[in-house]
Amino acid sequence: MNSRLRWRKFVSGFMLTLTGVCAVVSVLALFLILGYLVVRGGASINWAFFTRLPAPVGEIGGGMANAIVGSGKLLLLATLFGVPIGFLGAIYLAEFSGHKMAFLVRYSADLLNGVPSIVIGVFAYTVAVLPFKQFSTLAGGFALGLMMIPITLRSTEDFLRSVPNNLREGAMALGASKWKMIATVIVPAAYRGILTAVLLAFARVAGETAPLIFTALGNTFWSPGWTQPTSSLPVTIYNYALSPYEDWHRQAWAGGLVLLVLILLINIIARGILARGISVSRS
Amino acid sequence: MATSSTTLPSAGPAAGSRSFLSRLRDGDEVARLITFLFAATVVLMTLLLVFELWQGSVLPRHKFGLAFFRTSTWDPVEEQFGAIPFIYGTLVTASVALLIAVPLGIGAAIFLAELAPPRISDTLEFFIDLLAAVPSVIYGILGVFIVVPLMRQYIDPALKSVLGFLPLFQGPAYGVGFLTAGIVLAIMVIPFIISVSREVLLSVPRDQREAALALGATRWESTWKVVVPFARSGILGSIFLALARALGETMAVAMVIGNDPKISASLFAPGYSIAAVIANELAEATSELHTQSLIELGLVLFLLTFILNGLARVLIVVTSQRGAGSATA
Repeated sequence: MNSRLRWRKFVSGFMLTLTGVCAVVSVLALFLILGYLVVRGGASINWAFFTRLPAPVGEIGGGMANAIVGSGKLLLLATLFGVPIGFLGAIYLAEFSGHKMAFLVRYSADLLNGVPSIVIGVFAYTVAVLPFKQFSTLAGGFALGLMMIPITLRSTEDFLRSVPNNLREGAMALGASKWKMIATVIVPAAYRGILTAVLLAFARVAGETAPLIFTALGNTFWSPGWTQPTSSLPVTIYNYALSPYEDWHRQAWAGGLVLLVLILLINIIARGILARGISVSRS
Repeated sequence: MATSSTTLPSAGPAAGSRSFLSRLRDGDEVARLITFLFAATVVLMTLLLVFELWQGSVLPRHKFGLAFFRTSTWDPVEEQFGAIPFIYGTLVTASVALLIAVPLGIGAAIFLAELAPPRISDTLEFFIDLLAAVPSVIYGILGVFIVVPLMRQYIDPALKSVLGFLPLFQGPAYGVGFLTAGIVLAIMVIPFIISVSREVLLSVPRDQREAALALGATRWESTWKVVVPFARSGILGSIFLALARALGETMAVAMVIGNDPKISASLFAPGYSIAAVIANELAEATSELHTQSLIELGLVLFLLTFILNGLARVLIVVTSQRGAGSATA
């Protein structure tokens, strides 16, 4: 073996090892960080965290009950606003639309998907806060719902298109009208995929902070109804982490852990649903 | 629309030739109209977003014009607003993030796509996808409580003693600053780079690798001189996606950059970014000019990410088409 070849083999081995190191460093750094969150959050969490209102500044104790309920209300609004538009819009794209309209809708959805969440928040602020001079749960829900639309729409469309055409032809041949075919054949055939899409969209907005800061704002008490400012888990974590109080730092860790577990669980469930096979592929 | 959009190719000629009345009776026209309205909402929302950002920033656009991008005073009391410190902070933190994340991410993607056995590769990809789903406020608290103290005590002094002759690494180390924000951003965008680059590398046809190996290339030479150049534009696309995300990232940056609208050559110095200033000031902006200046910053951010995302999409599509083209050829 001449020295040139030996050198080339050495470079090859060296560089390939280096890529392995890159992979290990990337994955390990991320795991260390999240592991630390689990340790710190796990040590900080207690029952009061889920059941109590925030304690007055300077007092030890209290919890984030209002933030958890607030996040729930915001996410409910977001789902009610974002999912129907995404789902029905996707049905239009996959089953009814011509090329021009489909291109326009898809392009808009992709654009919306790429907009930084803070800009979505600015938009929600100009249309849902400024005209009413009032921060509200509704404005926050609008911002989050807007972010759910493109994710739901694009994946639902993909899953609807993956339904084989012979199912459509079969339904038509039996005399079903088009909407009946969609409602009883196409959507049921793609429901696993659609459910996954909705879950992933939900998980994506559940941790969003930036669009909520100046739409839902925050609240140290319960927020009655839908037109008052409301506290939410991500914004509370953000405020507590930047506060000078030791006990609030502890609660920020606990909140971070709760948020992380929630989001990762939804992600894993969504992927699990998909991995069990889209019902289409069995037919 | 009514003529062009009623039929799917698959629905056959029968659906098209049925009369409007019978389709109306079946409910087809109603269903089409309802779903059309929802699809149109998406387009309208997007148009409204652009319109509102433009309309909402009328005052500073008229008052300052291009001076908005040339002055560096940000003073809500005197009503002087210049965007340079924020644009500078955004670009610097994003560049630092990419300098760290691109080599690491692409190296890891090469390992996952070319070397790792499929099962390990898929398992790691699963975890990396989960990491991409971690919300930014969580990276923010990790940044505040772990990265900032680490930087202040160990990393900044170490960098200063080795590279202190460069203006980049001079001055007092507060812990918060451009470098810290860049590092936290890097951790956040690495999963995106790995995920997309791995996908693109895996789509490179097998023949390319085999041809290179058959010509006597070592494994690394086949990877670096054949596979990576083949996937070049897709990898570039993944970098643009990461850049767009790094530019628009708000919470994690706002928590560790120091929030001080200054331009400093030193990476240790605290700064500010576009997204962070919007997050911190919009809810409490007092004057209309202040609010609208923040909205104009939002418009700038929107345009930046709009251009980058567009470029990224084109590049990724180009690569996957090349892959598909030569696979069938």
